[in-house]
Amino acid sequence: MATSRSQGLSRRLIILWTTLVIVFLYAPMVAVVLASFSKQRYFKFPIQSWTDKWYQKAFSSLSVRELLWTSLSVAALVTIISVVLAFLGALAFARYDWKGRKLYQRLILLPIFFPQAVLGLAMLLWFSAIGVTTSWQTAVFAHLVWITPIVILIMSIQVYSFDPALEEAAYDLGATRWQVLTEITLPILSPGIISGAIFAFLLSWGNFPLSLFTTGADQTIPEWLYAKMVSGYTPMVPTLGSLTLSSAAVFLLTAYIIWLAISARRRRMENR
Amino acid sequence: MAKPSQSDKISWLKQPGVLAALPASLFLIIGFAGPLLLVVGYSFMPSKTFSLLQAPTFENYTSIISDSYYISFFWSLAMALTTVVLLFIICYPIAYGMARLFNRWANLVTALIAIPILISENIRLFGWVLILLKNGIFDGSMQSLFDMSISGLLFTVPAIILGLVYVYLPFTLFPLVIGISMVPEALKEAASDLGATRWQIFREIELPLSMPGLMIGGILTFVLVLGSLAEAKILGGQAIVMIADDIESSFTFAQNWPKGSALSVLLIALSGTIVFFLFKRVDLDRVIGRR
Repeated sequence: MATSRSQGLSRRLIILWTTLVIVFLYAPMVAVVLASFSKQRYFKFPIQSWTDKWYQKAFSSLSVRELLWTSLSVAALVTIISVVLAFLGALAFARYDWKGRKLYQRLILLPIFFPQAVLGLAMLLWFSAIGVTTSWQTAVFAHLVWITPIVILIMSIQVYSFDPALEEAAYDLGATRWQVLTEITLPILSPGIISGAIFAFLLSWGNFPLSLFTTGADQTIPEWLYAKMVSGYTPMVPTLGSLTLSSAAVFLLTAYIIWLAISARRRRMENR
Repeated sequence: MAKPSQSDKISWLKQPGVLAALPASLFLIIGFAGPLLLVVGYSFMPSKTFSLLQAPTFENYTSIISDSYYISFFWSLAMALTTVVLLFIICYPIAYGMARLFNRWANLVTALIAIPILISENIRLFGWVLILLKNGIFDGSMQSLFDMSISGLLFTVPAIILGLVYVYLPFTLFPLVIGISMVPEALKEAASDLGATRWQIFREIELPLSMPGLMIGGILTFVLVLGSLAEAKILGGQAIVMIADDIESSFTFAQNWPKGSALSVLLIALSGTIVFFLFKRVDLDRVIGRR
C-alpha cells in the first residue's frame, strides 16, 4: 500500500500549501486593519498603543463623505447599466446560435485583456476629442467598458447550463414573450445575474486605473488612497482603506445571506 | 463569395442572438473601438501636439526605437514571464486540489481566493507596504523576536514580483482549475492500467488535455502584467520603470500625447498578437460552457 500512503501525503501537502496561499492572500488586508488602529502618526510594528481616533476623524470629515458618495454613485450606476447590457450580451454569447457568434465572443472579451491604465488614457483622449468634460459620470462610462465584458463572461457560465427547451415548452403552452422572460428565463438565470451584479459593483468600487484618468475634478476613494500613498504615510490611508475593505465585506456577506434565503425559498417551492 | 442581398441582411438582423448582441456591441464600439482608433490616430501626429488634423508622421515611432524605451519594454516582458512561471508553480497544486481532491470544500476555497479580487488593488498593495516597510510588520517582528533588522525590502524588484504574483494569482488559478477538470479521470486510470508511469500520464494525458485552461491562465496573466502600473509604482518606487509607467508619464507629466499614443500602440500590438494566438487555438464554448 505504498502508493496510497504517498497519495495521502501529497494530499496533505496540497491542503497545507493551499492554506498557506490563502493566508498569504489575506495577510496584507489584516496589516491594513491593524495599522488603522495604531496611535502613532508613523507606522511602527509591534504597535505600542491603540486608538480609534482616526476613525472618528474619518467619520466626521466632510471630504471623506464626498469621496464615499462619489465612489458609491459610480459603482451603483455601473452595476445597473452593466447588468442590463451584459444580460442580453450573455444570451448572445451562450444561448443563441447565430452567424457571427464566434467572432462576437472574441471581440466582446477584448477589453478584459486590455491594460486598464492605457484604456483609461485612451478614454481621456476620447472625451477631450468629443468635447466632454470629465467628471464622475465619464468614469461610469469608462468603468462600463471594462466591467460589461467581465459581467458577460460571468453570466455566460450560467447561460450555458440553461436548457432552451424550457422556454420552448412555455411558448407551446401559450405563454407570451414577456411571461417567458419574467417567469422562466430571469428566475433560472438569477444566480448568474446576482453574481454578475456583485462583481460589477465591487470591481467598480475598487477600481483605480480607469478612475485615475476619467474622473476629472471628482475623486473616488481608491484615487484618494493612491494620491496619499505616494506622497508619504498618513494614518488616514489605512483607516479609509479598512473602511472600504469592511464595506466590501459587509456587501458580500449581505449578498450571501440573500442568496441563502433565495435558494431556501426555491427549495421549499420545489418540495411543494 | 456572392454579396448578400438586402433581405438576407434583414433576416440576419432579426435573429434573437443578433438583437441580444446589439446593445453591448454598440456600446463597446463607441466606448472601446472609438478610443482605440483615436490613440492610433494620435500616434501618427507630430510630437507634443494636441490636434488630430496635422500631416501624419512616423517620428514618434522612430524616436521610441532610437530612445531607451526598449529597457521598459524589457522589464515589462521580464516581469510578465517571471510572474507567469512563478504562478504556474504556485497554482498547479492548488488547482489540482480544487479540481480533484477538495470535493465539497472546493466552493469555499474558490470563494476565499476570489474575494480578494473584489477588494481594491491599492489597499492590498498598501498592506504589503506595511509588511515590508522599515520598522514595518516583518522588520519589526524580526527586531523584537531575534533582535535583528531586515529593512530595505521595499522598493526592490523582488517586492514588485511579490506584488504581481499576489495580485494576479486568481487569474492564473481559476483557468487552471477549469483546464485540469477537463481531463477525464477514467483516461488516466486506463493509461495507468496499461502500464504508464506517473510522468507519462502527466505528459501525455494531463498536460495536453488541460492545455486550453493553462493557456488562458498563462496568457491572461502575462498580458495583465504587461500593462500593469500600480505594483511597480507602489512596491517598486523608483526601482524599475515598466512600460505602462512610461505611457502614463508621457501623457501626464510630459504632456506628449502623440508619444504616449505611439507607446500605447506598441504595447497593444504586443498584447494583441499574444491574445490573437490564444483565441485561434482555444474554443471558448468548450472551456467556459464545458460543451
